[in-house]
Amino acid sequence: MNCEFARTTVHGYLDGELDVVRSADFEAHAEGCVECQAEMKAISTLRRQLQQSDLSEQASPDLLERIRKQIAQETNEKPSKIRDFRRALLVPGLSVLAAAAACLVVVLFIVQSHNQSGRITAELIDAHVRSLQPGHLTDVLSADQHTVKPWFDGKLDFVPPVADFSQQGFPLVGARLDIIDGHEVAALVYSRRKHIINVFVWPYREKEISLVNSGSRHGYNWLQWQSEEMEFCLVSDASAQDLRELENLIGQ
Amino acid sequence: MLEPQDRLRFEQTMLPHLNSAANLARWLLRDRADSEDVVQEAMLRAYRFFHQFHGGDARAWLLQIVRNSCYTWLEKNRSADLMTEFNEEVHQHPSPNPETLAAQTDDRERLKRALESLPARAREVLVLRELEGCSYKEIAEITGIPIGTVMSTLARARQRLYRTLTTATAKEVS
Repeated sequence: MNCEFARTTVHGYLDGELDVVRSADFEAHAEGCVECQAEMKAISTLRRQLQQSDLSEQASPDLLERIRKQIAQETNEKPSKIRDFRRALLVPGLSVLAAAAACLVVVLFIVQSHNQSGRITAELIDAHVRSLQPGHLTDVLSADQHTVKPWFDGKLDFVPPVADFSQQGFPLVGARLDIIDGHEVAALVYSRRKHIINVFVWPYREKEISLVNSGSRHGYNWLQWQSEEMEFCLVSDASAQDLRELENLIGQ
Repeated sequence: MLEPQDRLRFEQTMLPHLNSAANLARWLLRDRADSEDVVQEAMLRAYRFFHQFHGGDARAWLLQIVRNSCYTWLEKNRSADLMTEFNEEVHQHPSPNPETLAAQTDDRERLKRALESLPARAREVLVLRELEGCSYKEIAEITGIPIGTVMSTLARARQRLYRTLTTATAKEVS
């Protein structure tokens, strides 16, 4: 690889977009090239500053309202279900009724468990919003996992996994305790490009059937999953992709 | 006419990306009020074309529509913004000094001005990559740049920004 080529390749390298072979090619060149090393350092600095300078704009609440209203106007809000229902009644035959009854049982079961997990999700999102109020985010403010982890000792009857992911772009901010569904849960706080991510952790309880494991509500994304012993839920206004990345890191 | 369940699905899949949409439009149009108008219009378009979204990367799908709306608006209202050429070669500039750059760009305002002074096509890839964290694949999908040239476009955009930051400082010093 020559310098001219490396001047472009260094960008793919720093963006993590090169395959293994091209990565190794670039590293082999950069190792012996002072100029390319300096270039790499300069680009890293530039990238870090762009990412950390709080340059992102947020949509105003007013814009969200305007869009909601506009979308509602474009929607046929008269439910067509009534028409469908009438049509269904015209279809004769007991077998249809029997099938419908069977469906109803399944639907009721799903709706019930859905309501259950939906209620917990709503509580988790409320807890996230509450945590964003001044002074509510953390009980222990530390980016050091060796400070945060012992802080939970004696406060919970389980040990949440605590790790700092600064290197991967998710620095640990701190932790606190929260109450969800009447039980104490650990809340680990991470940040992602100025967005706060709450990671709620609690011991797995079998009675909860979680059918839905990701979604969004009032502009907040959430992602829920279960490990062998624990249940996790991430809540944030960061992108769903960011949440998936953090899930992978925690899962490792 | 779309049905209530479409609206629900749209609100769940697309509205969470409204901040990304607002951010991209704000940087392309360089004006908050104009960009909110364009985003509102783009969201309506997205809703009308929602039946064409068959799952996958919702943010990239939405941002593609927002970007197109921005360029249409710029062509109509501020076509001079699109005249700046952005096709220079990747330069081999003398070895930069990262420490000086660090001192120079600490100032958010200065970084903002430098980014705003770039041609739209350089600005958008930087915003998508550094502020929105998009992958090359997503950048290609949103901007229509062939996937094979995303890296070189980013290389040129970063060099351009770097040069803008360093020359601006040189002028202020002299």
